[in-house]
Amino acid sequence: MLEKKTLICIICPVGCQIEVCRDDDNIRSISGYGCKRGKEYAISELLNPVRTITSTVTVRCGEHQVVPVKTDKPIPKHLITELMREINKCSIQAPVRMGDIVLQNVLNTGANIIATGNIPVLQQE
Amino acid sequence: MNVKKADLVIIGGGPAGMAAAIEASKNGIRDILILERENNLGGILHQCIHNGFGLHYFGEELTGPEYAWRFIDEVHARNISYYVETTVINFGPDKTITAINSQEGLFIIKPRAVVLAMGCRERTRGALNIPGTRPAGIYTAGLAQKFVNMEGFMPGKSVVILGSGDIGLIMARRMFLEGAQVKMVCELMPYSGGLNRNIVQCLEDFDIPLRLKHTVVAIHGKERLEGVTIAQVDEHRKPIMETCETVTCDTLLLSVGLIPENELTREAGIIVDRRTSGPVVNDCMETSMEGVFACGNVVHVHDLVDYVSREGARAGECAAAYITAEGDKAEGGEIQITAGKCVRYTVPQKIVPKGQKNIRLFFRVTDIFRKVKIVVKANGETVFERKRNKVTPGEMESLEIPGSILNSPTNVNELLVEVQNIEEGQ
Amino acid sequence: MLYDVVVIGAGVTGAFIARELSRYELKVCMLEKETDVSMGTSKANSAIVHAGFDAVPNSLKAQLNVRGNKRMPLIAQELGVDFKQIGSFVLCHSKEDIPKLEELMKRGISNGVEGLEIITGDRLKAMEPNITAESIAALYAPTAGIICPYELTLHAAENAVENGVDLKLGHEVTSIRFDSNIFIISSAQDEFKAKFIVNAAGLYADTVSMMAGDNSFSIKPRRGEYVLFDKAHGNLVNRVIFQLPSAKGKGVLVTPTVDGNLLVGPNAEEIQDKQDTATTCSGLSEILRTASLSVSLPSTGDIITSFAGLRAGADTGDFIIRASEGNKRFIHAAGIESPGLTAAPAIGERVVKLLEESGLRLVQKTNYNPSIKYGKAARHMTGDELNKLIRQHPEFGRIVCRCEKITEGEILSSIHRTIGATNLDAVKRRTRAGMGRCQGGFCSSRVVEILSRELKVPAEEITKFGGNSRLLMGRTKHNLETNC
Repeated sequence: MLEKKTLICIICPVGCQIEVCRDDDNIRSISGYGCKRGKEYAISELLNPVRTITSTVTVRCGEHQVVPVKTDKPIPKHLITELMREINKCSIQAPVRMGDIVLQNVLNTGANIIATGNIPVLQQE
Repeated sequence: MNVKKADLVIIGGGPAGMAAAIEASKNGIRDILILERENNLGGILHQCIHNGFGLHYFGEELTGPEYAWRFIDEVHARNISYYVETTVINFGPDKTITAINSQEGLFIIKPRAVVLAMGCRERTRGALNIPGTRPAGIYTAGLAQKFVNMEGFMPGKSVVILGSGDIGLIMARRMFLEGAQVKMVCELMPYSGGLNRNIVQCLEDFDIPLRLKHTVVAIHGKERLEGVTIAQVDEHRKPIMETCETVTCDTLLLSVGLIPENELTREAGIIVDRRTSGPVVNDCMETSMEGVFACGNVVHVHDLVDYVSREGARAGECAAAYITAEGDKAEGGEIQITAGKCVRYTVPQKIVPKGQKNIRLFFRVTDIFRKVKIVVKANGETVFERKRNKVTPGEMESLEIPGSILNSPTNVNELLVEVQNIEEGQ
Repeated sequence: MLYDVVVIGAGVTGAFIARELSRYELKVCMLEKETDVSMGTSKANSAIVHAGFDAVPNSLKAQLNVRGNKRMPLIAQELGVDFKQIGSFVLCHSKEDIPKLEELMKRGISNGVEGLEIITGDRLKAMEPNITAESIAALYAPTAGIICPYELTLHAAENAVENGVDLKLGHEVTSIRFDSNIFIISSAQDEFKAKFIVNAAGLYADTVSMMAGDNSFSIKPRRGEYVLFDKAHGNLVNRVIFQLPSAKGKGVLVTPTVDGNLLVGPNAEEIQDKQDTATTCSGLSEILRTASLSVSLPSTGDIITSFAGLRAGADTGDFIIRASEGNKRFIHAAGIESPGLTAAPAIGERVVKLLEESGLRLVQKTNYNPSIKYGKAARHMTGDELNKLIRQHPEFGRIVCRCEKITEGEILSSIHRTIGATNLDAVKRRTRAGMGRCQGGFCSSRVVEILSRELKVPAEEITKFGGNSRLLMGRTKHNLETNC
């Protein structure tokens, strides 16, 4: 079945409107993208939509009680809820350095959850 | 009172101020002092834990804290001094700064040049004059963002968001991911004030409804918020009372605009543009007060931090040149930049001609337009144009104009920027 | 414990009655249903110290207003309260109304108000350059002033407590019995015994009166809505600008506040619900429209907040300050609507006199101190005073509220002072943190953190104003331990 779809590219803030024509799993045509990454986005968005997820993870003994984290590569969109469950379950010991791996190969996606902030150890007065 | 000296004082250690400091340092200024009111450099970026920063500036996608740390690390590497938890309480007409912190008490600095980089604040319920009760549970989106992302608290469980600016959209996703029910985002205008990509990845991904042409007309609940009444608005943005409906919720987040924080600027007597609510600046980001530069959201509200950094770097570079030249100013008249048809404002608002390189011009349009061209006219004649598929008020436009257009034989004294239909001829 | 006097209600009336009683060797207790003092009418009103030309001659309102006005400068000094005697204008917008202005002046003179005069022409314009062209004459009352009503109430109540009065917050009186010449006053948590009762229960004075079997009056709440403009507009007018009541309505006032904002309001609407302090769309537009007869107002985008308060007027039209018909040891201080804020110190004196007439023995305390324990707020200090303070207490150099420039030190003192703040709004009323143009957008999270730390309760339990007004609903990552 031939299907025409209009997507808004989320790769960068320009937000190009991309027209995609597909026949089941075959992409027939793509137009409207502004760059190579936009074209890749459109294909992925139709066949296997992925997202980078950001959240926070509980920190033990830290100056702050949470540290911001992200997936170091996009994960399948349908796994977001499950991913949040994993993120909510785990915690990390201060000090936390940006780039520290909090969860490795989360949900077998090949993506790691990494810290995106620095949290020093809480100095007790 | 303790009096200090510095070549360059930068008020505000967010992305704009840090970029200015780094650039001034690269240009040979050694005696720089950043004054930051929070307890660390980086400003609001620390609470913007989502990604999407840095594509223009670094060519890669970073989260807010990651973007901030790139600059913080460089400030450290360059040994630029800064005070945190230090608030400027007065900025005098002769560039005298009065500040306060717990180590120095009240103190005075007399710098040779100043960069204003105080950022902006969020518009509140008061400014919208929403009637009703005054319960707990009404927050600006930025305050909710701080609670959720930095302190790990949930401001509420069942949320209505008023305003579809980027912070509102981002917070819709954040609240959803952290387990809240996000009932809807209401937007007064017929279009969203945020970036398109955020509508997709913050609302559509999670089936959060966006109600365009809707606003909150009443607030209910005595102690904690219990609900809001929303209504559709007519073409004059007045609520149509027959369309009222009550939505139960325990939290209302407001994302209804940002206001540059120019109280210090005004007190100093610097001219403020009524359209941007920021100081009028020239292409060096210099304000109406000689040796006082400004950059970032204090000048006009940006959508992208990348442009803030770029503007900060420009201000830092020019402040350095000002200090090095010891006040030696180029002579010659200023060129006014006028916001023409369908353009709300431009930044800078003027140019000081002196053997110009290219000039980057930022502006916002007044409405959504498709298939248009942006036209720059010098003394009434078109000197530069660029096509655009779509322009919207929610997305800041930027143009790089070749400096050569100012070197035309006739003396240019005004540049006009306007939006034209592609078909429209000369 | 058997109290000599229990004062029901810790608004401005109750606070000044308690303070007046604290001069004597008496056991006094103030009962308040809310979690702080000054939570009803005293919190949301025009914040005006009236000159006293308005009230019907010989009424209690007239007598106590003029007396209160005369005492206010000294009281403000004793209590460390900011009071600015900036004077007031009653504007007249048409020639036909000038006789009414003269009538008002005559009334003022017979009430004993000093310094009244009618001002016209160039002098009027010079004194108030921003009033509208239609404003052709004004009654000038130099003794009127502006004050912060909750600061006045808080400091009066604290001064009473510092002089030995007990204050019980969160005690709503549920019943009153009179048994063997003793009142037994019950709240949900406790019982209080007293020889005398003063009913200063504001909007609920009729309910409290009825508990003692006296239904001689009722309180009819009248709602007034206000808008508060940014400090950038605090000097739009130099004085309190009233309007002459006319066919168009009672008029609204425009005034600077002691803290430098511009306040506009109120309208007057009779309502049924004594808790209904909601603002309305029609009310807010009404006050803005009416006020613009006096001055051209700033844009509504410069409004920082709007609010409503309820006047606790009685159906008798005047203050009710007398012993109950059924029991002379039960004294009413009821129906205290405008000019109640001004009259409060005089009401205090009057109530103590009535108590004495009813048999309360008054013996002056030797150690009564009329001055409040805490000195000047840091925000009112000179640079040198502030630097000295910061050297001793560095937290006074750390600004938490950037709009109003309020330091961590001031927030800490607000929590630990005689009547300490226990919630966000209570900190705000004591320090002004969160009162500014960002309305707490930047500082609320810091204030919650400080309250949580100082009161040793989890942040999730910190409220906006007590009860169920919780600000946070748990943690994002529930049940995860963050300690070591």
